[in-house]
Amino acid sequence: MPSIRASAEAAAAPAVLSLSGLTVTFDTPRGRITAARDVTLAVERGECLGVVGESGAGKSQVFLAVLGLLAANGRAQGSARFLGTELLKLAPAALDRVRGAGIGMVFQDPMTSLTPHLTVGGQIAEVIRRHRGVGRAAAHAAALTLLERVQVSDPERRMQQYPHELSGGLRQRVMIAIALSSEPQLLIADEPTTSLDVTVQAQILALLAELKRERAMGMVLITHDLGAVAGVADRVAVLREGCIVETGPVAAVLKTPRDPYTRTLLRDTPRLDADGAPPGAAAAPPGSPAALRLTDLTVRFNVGRGWFGPHARLTAVSAVSLELYAGESLGVVGESGAGKSTLVRAALQLLRPAAGRVVWMGQALADLPQGVLRALRRDLQIIFQDPLGSLDPRMTVGEIVGEPLRVHAPHLDRAARAAQLAAVLRRVGLTAELASRYPHELSGGQCQRVGIARATILKPRLLICDEPVSALDVPTQQQIVTLLAHLKRESDMCLLFVSHNLALVRQLCERVLVLYLGRMMELAPAHSLYTRPRHPYTRELLAAVPIPDPDIQPARLARARPGEPPSPLSPPSGCVYRTRCPHAAPVCAERIPEWEELPDTRRVACHRWRELP
Amino acid sequence: MLSYALRRIAGTVPTLLVIISVSFCVVRLAPGGPFAQEQALPPPVRANLERLYGLDEPLTVQYAHYLRGLLRGDFGPSLRQRDFTVSELIAQGLPLSATLGLAAILLAVLTGVPAGILAALWRNRAADYCITTLAAVALALPSFVTGPLFALLFGLYLRWLPVAGWQHGAPRYLVLPVLTLALPVAAYLARLTRASLLEVLAAHYVLSARARGLGAARVLWRHALRPALMPVVSYLGPAVAFVMTGSLVVETVFGLPGTGRYLVEGAIDRDYPLVMGMVVVYGALTLLLNLIADLIYGALDPGVRRE
Repeated sequence: MPSIRASAEAAAAPAVLSLSGLTVTFDTPRGRITAARDVTLAVERGECLGVVGESGAGKSQVFLAVLGLLAANGRAQGSARFLGTELLKLAPAALDRVRGAGIGMVFQDPMTSLTPHLTVGGQIAEVIRRHRGVGRAAAHAAALTLLERVQVSDPERRMQQYPHELSGGLRQRVMIAIALSSEPQLLIADEPTTSLDVTVQAQILALLAELKRERAMGMVLITHDLGAVAGVADRVAVLREGCIVETGPVAAVLKTPRDPYTRTLLRDTPRLDADGAPPGAAAAPPGSPAALRLTDLTVRFNVGRGWFGPHARLTAVSAVSLELYAGESLGVVGESGAGKSTLVRAALQLLRPAAGRVVWMGQALADLPQGVLRALRRDLQIIFQDPLGSLDPRMTVGEIVGEPLRVHAPHLDRAARAAQLAAVLRRVGLTAELASRYPHELSGGQCQRVGIARATILKPRLLICDEPVSALDVPTQQQIVTLLAHLKRESDMCLLFVSHNLALVRQLCERVLVLYLGRMMELAPAHSLYTRPRHPYTRELLAAVPIPDPDIQPARLARARPGEPPSPLSPPSGCVYRTRCPHAAPVCAERIPEWEELPDTRRVACHRWRELP
Repeated sequence: MLSYALRRIAGTVPTLLVIISVSFCVVRLAPGGPFAQEQALPPPVRANLERLYGLDEPLTVQYAHYLRGLLRGDFGPSLRQRDFTVSELIAQGLPLSATLGLAAILLAVLTGVPAGILAALWRNRAADYCITTLAAVALALPSFVTGPLFALLFGLYLRWLPVAGWQHGAPRYLVLPVLTLALPVAAYLARLTRASLLEVLAAHYVLSARARGLGAARVLWRHALRPALMPVVSYLGPAVAFVMTGSLVVETVFGLPGTGRYLVEGAIDRDYPLVMGMVVVYGALTLLLNLIADLIYGALDPGVRRE
């Protein structure tokens, strides 16, 4: 009898992970909060389950509960079986033999998920020694092999380095190496690419997809990005407010979603291949004067030792020229370190450029006396990346949004100020009662709306948005972009929109500037840039943007190109992009490419654009 | 590391010079002088005394003279303790004060830090409440209360230890002063360690280390403790200097001839060289210990070393 049962179970092959009726609650001073309710799902061997939902949907908490890693006030009920073993009832010591051995975990933020004071090699070897019971030398060798497997270049040197010495992409590869170190049957990746550049995102996702095939392990990919799911997952579970609202094969869920919430998520995910052209060419007639003109703008920073040693000079922005016409919106894209934020800050004279001119409405900003420039700032406004961090925590929303009025329109009486405040809050979609709240009481999206309200209450003529949505959820991103498009249509302000998300830029901008390592690569009307990119770097960026379509995304991922930008402290000679360029020729190392104007008003800096297909 | 240390030591010289200059001015600006007593001295006597000690010279000349003396290691004569130079006074008192201070710090670290770690690990449980309450009480009680209480309890009632005196450093005599000095430091260290470790235990990298199945002891020992001790180290630098230069209260309560009283008595008596001597010793010690704390800091966190 027992033997028959055992063989029957083997035939059924227990799922790598099966959750049934898993409920996660937290006891707080304000009562019990349910983070996940009655979650039932299974992950089979060799299968990747995508778990999607907005932040706060309980995605992470479900899997922290599986690993017994809930905060002290958290409680998990129901069942979580790993290869048939009930995890929720396991003693701590037994659980420690599952965590890191049977189940590997990759966390969202590689910046903060590695221990800062231990070397990378030490942290990998530590896990190997613990779970494989091998000696120091064997663990070191195994760690090297793992780093090679996750495509870390120069692994011997990386082993000796500390986490802060590595880029975000390298750190995430190290995290993956650690998670793989004892050949787990299940890999849980919690938002593994959220804080990375779009090119590095593609590389990491491609690596995960490869590893899944190669090792036939189960995988859980927790994300709010349907594009990531489309490239890697076999099945998808959609979580909303702690409950699974839809689950099924990836093609079915993304192509023919049944649940209205899944449809909302899909609708809010911007697509590079969406129907409908991006916004038309700039409204400004040719020959009209530019509202903002940057000429050969260069910004340098002194970095390194300040004591007696020499400073190293870092050129963050190198000879950037562009003009922005009234009512136009220009997107600035590029990976981190491209100088996007530095460029817009220098344009506002928040940073002092080392060379070059900024001319606003015919006036060179650097020549203006401080008082005049300060008065002019009512026309030049900026929104920052960190929605909460850019709001003073000790001021109410009303005080924050109304502050520009007190500075730039002191003649207004209290009633007039209140009226303007109410109007701008309405315009950005915030209710009037939020005026008495403090920033920490608001959601990320609401905070960013407050930032937009503060920047637009004076009806500026130029609004600079520096990565305004990269800290937000996909659906919230969409709402903010829609709001910005609406505000722009209402007035004739210019918009300078900095982002590393090309799919978002496509929705909002008429022209796009591509930056790499502080230099201009391509500047083109959005329509031609997206349909016919000239510069190889633009092509790489576009190829890396995930498309939430399981029919095409896996193949796009497989073509993801390796490489990250070199250090801006020692940029390559000639064309700075040549070290990553698939079309690099000898000439690219010798001369800096000229900024060529093409017939269709686009400009490109590449020696070889004519020869490219 | 060595060149970093040398650069830092070179950097302390200007700081020390600023400390000396500012205190020199402040001490002289205070009203009165070393010979202004209740019973005024006859003017010729006073003028003679002032000429003897060079106090009739312009301030700038006195300042230059003082700096020249310092370069030779000469702190000058004490104006009130006749026949003693300041160097002699400090040389007599400092070893005792420094011994007391170091022993107190050692005791405080050995009790306060583990207590803080235990409190953090048992957060919101009975042991945590006991430790945090005890620490709060110990911090709130001033030494002039705890000192006599210890003397009463251990000296008079239990008769375990002598009430006061020092017998040229016999260990039995140092136990109660050390205990009194260590108590508030240990309490503060416990609170600091607890808060800092709780913060680190909530960090992503600790969660990540736990998710690797490393086991609670290893996660604490290898991943959490080092960063958690960084605020402790930066507090200990100045604290050691403060405790080593002597405590007026503890030395008075237990009748110990340390240097703690010199700073206060010297200031009240306008004994300029004595005050200045103590300021220089205290300042140099603080700078040196801060430097050591920074070096330890660098060893704890590779990110600091890079800066």
